Amino acid sequence: MDFETVIGLEVHAQLTTETKIFCTCSTTFGGAPNSHACPVCLGMPGVLPVLNKKVVEYAMKMALATNCTINPQNVFARKNYFYPDLPKGYQISQYAYPIAEHGYIWIEAGDEKKKIGITRIHMEEDAGKLIHDENNPSSYVDLNRTGVPLIEIVSEPDIRSPEEAAEYLKRLHEILVYLEICDGNMEEGSFRCDANVSIRPRGRKEFGTRTELKNMNSFRNVQRALEYEVKRQQYRVENGETIVQETRLWDDAQGVTNPMRSKEEAHDYRYFPDPDLVPVVIDADWVARIQSEMPELPLNMRERFVAEYGIPAYDAGVLTSDKALALYYEEVVRRCGQPKIASNWVMGDVLKYLNEDKRSIRECPISPVALSDMIALIEKGTISGKMAKELVEDMYKTGKPPQEIISEKGMVQITDEGQLAQTITAIIEANPAQVAQYRAGKDKIFGFFVGQVMKATGGKANPQLVNDLLKKALAG
Amino acid sequence: MKLSTADVDYVAKLARLDVTDAEKEKFTAQLNDILGYIDKLNELDTTGVAPMTHAIAVTNAFREDRVVESLGTQAAVANAPDPRGEFFRVPKVIE
Repeated sequence: MDFETVIGLEVHAQLTTETKIFCTCSTTFGGAPNSHACPVCLGMPGVLPVLNKKVVEYAMKMALATNCTINPQNVFARKNYFYPDLPKGYQISQYAYPIAEHGYIWIEAGDEKKKIGITRIHMEEDAGKLIHDENNPSSYVDLNRTGVPLIEIVSEPDIRSPEEAAEYLKRLHEILVYLEICDGNMEEGSFRCDANVSIRPRGRKEFGTRTELKNMNSFRNVQRALEYEVKRQQYRVENGETIVQETRLWDDAQGVTNPMRSKEEAHDYRYFPDPDLVPVVIDADWVARIQSEMPELPLNMRERFVAEYGIPAYDAGVLTSDKALALYYEEVVRRCGQPKIASNWVMGDVLKYLNEDKRSIRECPISPVALSDMIALIEKGTISGKMAKELVEDMYKTGKPPQEIISEKGMVQITDEGQLAQTITAIIEANPAQVAQYRAGKDKIFGFFVGQVMKATGGKANPQLVNDLLKKALAG
Repeated sequence: MKLSTADVDYVAKLARLDVTDAEKEKFTAQLNDILGYIDKLNELDTTGVAPMTHAIAVTNAFREDRVVESLGTQAAVANAPDPRGEFFRVPKVIE
């Protein structure tokens, strides 16, 4: 049977504010257990949560970046359930009146662009962390994360394959990082994803029964978990079995999803407006102010790089995959005025060395100034492209500017015609057989002579000059 | 709307409350009295009136994003029934 896959994703993104959403505790990751806790986030009776304004503004930025409508009034609600990572017995979230709704983002699906709808974005607080005792029936609770601000971004069920799901997540992740409202660190849980997936015979309108997948901490794992789950559902349907609506956990080591052991009764969260928190009213002026603070977004930057710098779409994609890398590249171009050459050096040598050392562009020992100076030296003919390859490696290893390395190593290109002509004469005299072949019409042997000259000069000869002089000398 | 003892039982379970059969009967009657009283409001015509979420007219109560020192681990766990070192200890729950 031919099936169609239907996927919707829920992303939780931790916001990079200094303080928690409803209290003044620090959000810094990795403090001593329970060191970032106060009566508000500990859930003491009689305390009053007060909303962090920056959380609202960060959520507005994401709403604008994903083409959502920002609701003029939004309201916080209590989601009631008992779990030890949530000391109040409820999570403060948004329910009937979220901050933003009805948006979309563009993703690449094959060669086409595809619009994925965003159902809603809402603000909420994170829960604490539980550490389970291996030997005793106990768990240990750390409430440092309790109250750290999150936005939840819910997609429409518009995604049709695990690859599209991974692509959507990458685009969403990229937007959050470009906006500088989330650090995007998936290992530390700053960007988490749950997936709803179902299958249906192609052409049918109604959705099949869906399962919810959790516990996937990388783009790759989201894709793998969805691929597994789609196969599992197809197998069941083809064998006349039904799909049970349930939450399943991805087991990375086994490469399978397993049903989560759930409580005997279904959740009943009994949402109601939180009386401690007054409604948030957002007027047009506030939206306009946030709009004016929006940085350039990755999709726009990608298209601009192609139009403005004339580089291939592939290059633009690689260069904008990381905001810091895009800014690095632009700085190099601004200084050297050679967009395609700059792109080749950044994407080629610079990224190669960084990837080998698993470093980010922020940790790159070669500054944009140094790289653009080096490109200028090639343009001026001071060094050859071949020498530049060697030079850039030294620049990466030492962090020194190109001029310094050139003078230390005596790496200056030989452009003295007299000196080169002498070398060429010597080579022609030493290789009479090859000279005869060349003169008999075997043009291909020209490369042999170029190689000999380069060998004799330690690669320092100006290649263009070598070509000219050799041609003249060989013509006899 | 009439509540049954089964509704009371369900709500008690959600709130992790142990109630005896006698209490269940008593609470069912009391809750039905309260709901009956509130039901009086349904006699009002509220067509065209936007639903309200709060009884006061205040909106936009914000705080700036500035860190204030927290309680510190020792003070944070001090009142817990079962503190263990820097943690709160609870019966093991894995969902």
